[in-house]
Parts: sequence; C-alpha cells; structure tokens
Amino acid sequence: MSQTSLQLVENLNALATGLFLLTAFGMVAMRQARGCLYLFIAQSILLALSAALLGLRFDSGHLYGVALVNAVSKPIIVPWLLRRVAPVAIYTRREIDQVLNIPTALLIALALAVGAYFLGVPLAAAAGSGSQVPNVPIGIAGLLLGAFTLAVRREALPLLIGLLAMENGAFLAGIAIARDLSLLVELAIAADGLIIVLIVGLLVRAVERQVGTTAVGELASLKEAPARLAAGEDRA
Amino acid sequence: MSERILFNLLQVLVVMAFAPLVSGVLARLKEMVQSKRGPSVFQPYRDLWKLFHKDEIVSRDSSWIFRFTPYVVFVTPIFVTLLIPVLTSYPLFFAFMGDMLGAGFVLALGGFFASLAAVDTANPYGAIGASRTRMVGFLAEPVFMIVFFTVSFVAGSTIPYIVQQHWVTPVANFFTPSHVLLVLAFLMLILAEGGRIPVDNPTGHFELAMIDESKSLEYSGRGFALVKWGGQMKFFVLICVLLNVLVTPWGLAAEQNLGAVLLALPILLLKVFGFVLVLVVIESSLAKLRLFRIAEFLGAAFVTSVAAMIAQVFAA
Repeated sequence: MSQTSLQLVENLNALATGLFLLTAFGMVAMRQARGCLYLFIAQSILLALSAALLGLRFDSGHLYGVALVNAVSKPIIVPWLLRRVAPVAIYTRREIDQVLNIPTALLIALALAVGAYFLGVPLAAAAGSGSQVPNVPIGIAGLLLGAFTLAVRREALPLLIGLLAMENGAFLAGIAIARDLSLLVELAIAADGLIIVLIVGLLVRAVERQVGTTAVGELASLKEAPARLAAGEDRA
Repeated sequence: MSERILFNLLQVLVVMAFAPLVSGVLARLKEMVQSKRGPSVFQPYRDLWKLFHKDEIVSRDSSWIFRFTPYVVFVTPIFVTLLIPVLTSYPLFFAFMGDMLGAGFVLALGGFFASLAAVDTANPYGAIGASRTRMVGFLAEPVFMIVFFTVSFVAGSTIPYIVQQHWVTPVANFFTPSHVLLVLAFLMLILAEGGRIPVDNPTGHFELAMIDESKSLEYSGRGFALVKWGGQMKFFVLICVLLNVLVTPWGLAAEQNLGAVLLALPILLLKVFGFVLVLVVIESSLAKLRLFRIAEFLGAAFVTSVAAMIAQVFAA
C-alpha cells in the first residue's frame, strides 16, 4: 500500500474512533432510552468500521472477521433481542433521569476521557503494536464512560447499554493491541454479550412485571413506599 | 497591492449584497417543506428598503448608546469580512490586521452594544432578551475559545487564510478526527450565535420566548433596518468561516485577477445554498429547546470541541 493511501486509511480509522468517542459522550448526555439504543448501534457500527480499517491497515484477515462479527451481532441482533424481550423499557418512557444533571455529568465524562488518554497512550506504547492508531486511549475512554453511564443512570435499559458500551470500548482497544486472537474467542465474546442482553432483558421484564416500572434507581426506596408495591401487585 | 484592496472591498460588497438573500432563501425553503408557498426569496431586501424609507422613532429617555448601536451592529460584520476568506484563497490587504480571535472579539463587540441598547430603553422584554443572549453568549464562549485554539494548534496559525490552506493540501488532512469534531462543534456554535432553531426561534413573535430578536424590539425605521441587516451579515460571515475555512475549503480563487475572483462568487453561493439546505433540515426537524436545556446543547458542543482538542493533542 502506498504511503498516501496508508495515511488516508489511518486518518479514516482515527475519524471512526473520534466519532466513537462522541457516541460514548452522547450516551452520557442522552435523555431518551431509544436514543441511547440508537447511539449504541452507531457506536457498534463505528467499532466494526474501525476493525475493518485496521484490517486493511495491518493486512490482517482476522480483523475483517472481527468487523463482521461486530457488524452482525451488535447493531442487528441486540436491538432485535431487546425488542423481543423488553419492549416496554425501550418504548414507553420518553425521558429518563440521571443522578447528576447533564452538564455536570458531561464535565465529569470529559475528565474521564482526558484521564483515559493519560492512561492509554503509555499503555499503547508499551504494547508496541497499536501506538500509531488512537484506538487504545479512545477504547479506554469508551470503557470508562460506559462505567460512568452505569453509575449515573437510574433506568434499566440505559444501564444495560452502558454495560455493552464498556464492552465496545474494551473491544476497540483490543483490536489495536492484540490483532491475532483466535476468531473463536471473538465469537465467544460476541455470544457472551448477547447472553448478557438476554438475561438483563428478562430481568428487566421481571422487574417491570413485579414493580410496574423499569426505573431501577427507585428500587432502593421500595421499602419505604408500600403503596407503590401494592399497586405493582395489583397489576401482576 | 491596489488589486488586493479592491478584492477586499469586493468581499465586503458581496457579503452586504447576499446576506439578506440567505435568510430569504431559508424562509422560503422552510415554508416549502411545510407545503406552503412562502414569501419571495427577495422579501428581506424589500423589508430593508421599506424600513430605510420609514420614519425613525427614538425614545426620549434613551441615551446615546441606543442611537449609536445600529451602526456598531452594522459595521462589525463588515470589519470581520475584511479578515476572512470569502472569495480568495490568498490573503488580501487587511488579512493580517487581526486573526480569528480578533474577529471573534469584533463580533462580540456588536453583541455587547446590542445588549446594552436593549437595556437602555427600559423595555422589560429588551432586558429579558439581553440577559438571555448573555447567557447563551457566555456558554458559547468556551466553545469558541477551544475551537479557535485547536484550529490554530492544528494549522500553526490563527490567521484564517493560513488555516484554510492547511485543510486543502493533502486530502488525508481533511479526514482527521479533530477536524470533523471541530466542524460539528462549530456548527452547533453557529446555531447558537445566529439564534437559529434548537436555541432560538428567529420567526417567533412571542416576546416572552424570544432570545435574540427581543433586543431590537424598540428599533424602528432606519435603525431597525441597520440592526436587521447587520444580523444577517453576521450570520453570513459565520457561514463563510465555517464553509471556507473548515468544511469546504475548495473552490476559492487562487489567481490574482478579477475573472477568477468573480468565478469564485457562484461557487461560494452554491456552497452557502448547500449549507442552507442543511439548516432547513435542522430547523424543520428539531424543536426549540427550553431555556435551561440550552446549557445542555452548548455543553454538548463544548464536549465535542474538547474531544477534538484531545484527539489532536495526543495524536501529535
């Protein structure tokens, strides 16, 4: 591959990872459960794109496999599963609340992203192979932002999406460092993710049926509010 | 030398002549999206003509600021036009008079006087509008700063002509993540600064919900025409910076002759028309945000610009 097209591929990969970071921020700021899901789909597509571009860059057929697995499992199967298992959590609630207000959450997320760079750049340099692409620091940032989403959300579906976003971040960092993992491992991880979606989705459905809401952040106050519990039993 | 002064003045004429057309085309296209016919695209020109021929009424209790402000609002975008690439890709006579930061300050000066004049008349809606504009302004300011500093860090200069050259030369430069994120942040900034839809509704007539418009409520006749025209020129200038420096830095005149410069004009108008189409999509599909959600919108712009900055700083 010529030098200029190599440069172009690297820049396109950097672009995909940059937009990946933006979707991770979006998940922290998004107010709608469906919006969170769409952002997750976009993030997964960007992850697959980055894997394909790195496959082109490092001439690795294995990474194309990773891209394919990601492009099929996350943007297509995960929403389908969620729609089958927990439609209420996706469709009914228009707005979801957070522990923090959104500008504060965004500022903390920003600090996390900067911290991820301080962590990720030396890490990629130590790994030796992925230091010329920005995947490692942005992947770590995605991981931290997913964890942050998990910490501040009080609604079941965005919590699940935060968990999946953490996995996306780890994947994005992983494809730059460990390019020749066996495809079996990747498939196992993808299947693992789908099982998580299925289990959490069923859990959400059970919670919804028991309590009448998917706002799991309020579950802590159930003991003090017997009236709500009674209402939930009525519905069940 | 004299040619460069001439082209610089030509840029000013172009901005003055075509700024009202942008809002005319925008209004017409928005109406067409809603299956209505809408006013002619030349309606803003007719409005200006009408206002210039009307009597001006100035409140007896207002101070010199009120009378002085329309001229400031009208002149500041013209000053900025001298500094930025509108038609040519090479720096013109006044290009080194000030950089992007200076242009930002000059535009802010117009906003400052507009806010003062709004308070000056003691019209209650004027003060509401002024304080809201200041709120949007100080939320937009950090985004402005980070966008400018990242751009100048990338290109090694704060002169818009030189920044513009940086994105043109290798195509790969254009696809760097910092560039795309900067474009997004700057677009959100333009929507906020220009008083466009997710932040402010420019066609609304309800005083309590106004942000940008209520500052000119007390003006009439010639003063109102100048304020209106100045606002349209400011928006046009911001669009020119976005398009010619960041998004589509191609199609500007590279040779120093009148023919090439005149040929750049239709290309510029085409680019602006493309941007107006994007604006129509944004304005027809989004609703105006509640006042305290504006902080979230500009917070998102801030995060985008900082993401661009860290992507650039750590990639280098």
